Amino acid sequence: MPSVHTSEIVRLENAHKIYLMGNQEVRALAGVTISFERGSFWAIMGPSGSGKSTMMNILGCLDRLTKGSYFLEGDDVSTLDDDALSEFRLRHLGFIFQSFNLISQLTVQRNIELPLYYLGWDGAQSAARARELASRVGLEARLNHRPPELSGGQMQRVAIARALANDPQVLFADEPTGNLDTATGEQIMRLLGELNNQGKTIIMVTHETHIAAHAKSKLHMKDGLIEKIDRV
Amino acid sequence: MKQTRLARNVLLGIENLLLHKLRSFLTMLGVVFGVGSVVAMLAVGEGASKEALEQIRKLGSNNIIISAIKSVEDEATGTTRSFMSIYGLTYEDYRRLSETFNTVIKTVPVKIIRKEGRLRERGMELRVVGTTSVWFGLVQRPIVAGRTLFPSDQEGQAPVTVLTEYGARRLLATENTIGQTLRIGSDVFKIVGIVKSEGGEAGNIQIPDQQVDAYIPLEVARVYFGDISFRITAGSFEREMVELHQVIVQVNHAENVEATARAIEEMLKRFHKKKDYIISVPFALLKQAEATKRTFNIVLGSIAGISLLVGGIGIMNIMLASVTERTREIGIRRALGAKRKQIITQFLIETVVLSTIGGIVGIGLGIFIPILITYFAGMPTVITLWSIVLPLCISAGIGIIFGLYPAARAAEVDPIVALRHE
Repeated sequence: MPSVHTSEIVRLENAHKIYLMGNQEVRALAGVTISFERGSFWAIMGPSGSGKSTMMNILGCLDRLTKGSYFLEGDDVSTLDDDALSEFRLRHLGFIFQSFNLISQLTVQRNIELPLYYLGWDGAQSAARARELASRVGLEARLNHRPPELSGGQMQRVAIARALANDPQVLFADEPTGNLDTATGEQIMRLLGELNNQGKTIIMVTHETHIAAHAKSKLHMKDGLIEKIDRV
Repeated sequence: MKQTRLARNVLLGIENLLLHKLRSFLTMLGVVFGVGSVVAMLAVGEGASKEALEQIRKLGSNNIIISAIKSVEDEATGTTRSFMSIYGLTYEDYRRLSETFNTVIKTVPVKIIRKEGRLRERGMELRVVGTTSVWFGLVQRPIVAGRTLFPSDQEGQAPVTVLTEYGARRLLATENTIGQTLRIGSDVFKIVGIVKSEGGEAGNIQIPDQQVDAYIPLEVARVYFGDISFRITAGSFEREMVELHQVIVQVNHAENVEATARAIEEMLKRFHKKKDYIISVPFALLKQAEATKRTFNIVLGSIAGISLLVGGIGIMNIMLASVTERTREIGIRRALGAKRKQIITQFLIETVVLSTIGGIVGIGLGIFIPILITYFAGMPTVITLWSIVLPLCISAGIGIIFGLYPAARAAEVDPIVALRHE
């Protein structure tokens, strides 16, 4: 029992998320209970409208539950206010998006430094960290380029470097290969796999089975509920 | 630490603004012209009033100047018909003025005589002023050489003269001339000193020793030259009898000046049948000039204020557009952990940096324009410290006021929506 608890990093309890669309209630999450272990690599799958994106936003502390509880590292984050959630994202979470979400006017270095800036690091420290992360994803030669000068795969690698800047407990990936060709997608997935092997907890949303195949566990969602769990 | 953080934020703000050079520049223009016009207008206003104020101050703000004028009736009847016109202040007036009022601390009589003067070979019509030693205590004039008139010159009726710098130049006299003799009319005077003189006019009052060539003791002037003067004008022969042309009175305190001037007026009215004198109060003129200047500044300030307001609205407009355009960026920053407050700070700093740089450029413009005005139009302009500090503060303030709303809008961006924003 204690060992189970120490290995658990994320837990949802009876999680509900209800949107109002006009006067119609949409239950994006309809009472989900699940926990993810430290060091795991999950793929959340399901057709559109299944609630997987909502699940991702909730887990990523970008959105709040209508009902239920969400524990991250044992802390109940469902009660936190906007500032506290921002602080939580800043210190504990990393994000990778389908459309990379780099700031196109800023150089690769500045993009990677963004979380460090909000963490209050000074210029020299951030620059060193950015260089280290860029070389980790193989882009140290591109530090002074701007995102539009990079290929899709390179941009996603910058995004991964940025997501790792704050050394997050959990790395969230939202369709990380959605805008990439198959070969590049595979490269990105291998990079994520490596990070997982180094101990990073990764939670990924995808609808592609061959991408999900890189994950160690799969969570299938349907109509705001868990349909099926495949553990390796 | 806090300071370096702010410095870093400002640097990042500048970096961000430099990403859109043209837009930032155009946004700034409103403030540039606003601040520029404030500084320039204040400089022109200040310059215009300063000259007048300076001249009035030279007359002495505690002084009252009573001058002899030919009365309106005399002018109307025509001097050509009257054998001799008698007008102006009398020695008796001078005595009364110096004895009657306890607020009056100094009284100076002035008798103006035009006489042929001759210094060595150079001869010309001189404007000679008969006065007392008090003159030099009332109107501060630095001594160029020699000395001024002494009370003993007055008592002893010493035939001495003090040249003004202006007069000395006309007579081609130098410092070496001290001790030499100046012939005025048929009499011989010893030059004992040269003093600096003031030129120019202040409103309708003449600066006392503008166009004065030499001072002599009043008693000497009276005894040697009498009170009657002749003038030949356009074929007619004019005779005037004036005892004193001017009496300058110094009052102990500025607040007594106006009351004393009124009392003097009352007194003179009693002894003069005609109004053959005019009382000028530099202090009243000073107050009036200052009031005018204040009004002028308020009007100019309001106009400039409106242009600054327009500049500020321009900034707000662009910043709002910028927020919309950068919704995605804001979403990214928020997702990565930026708090609302930090987003507000970022946008506010950008706006303040923009408006402050605009303000600085505007001040440059505002300093440059008056230089051009002075150069081409010959108008005096004065740039005071507050006419620079004030617009700078205002421009920074504009950045804050007009930056707050766009920044608040930016902070309201929902990261989930923003990240989906294309």
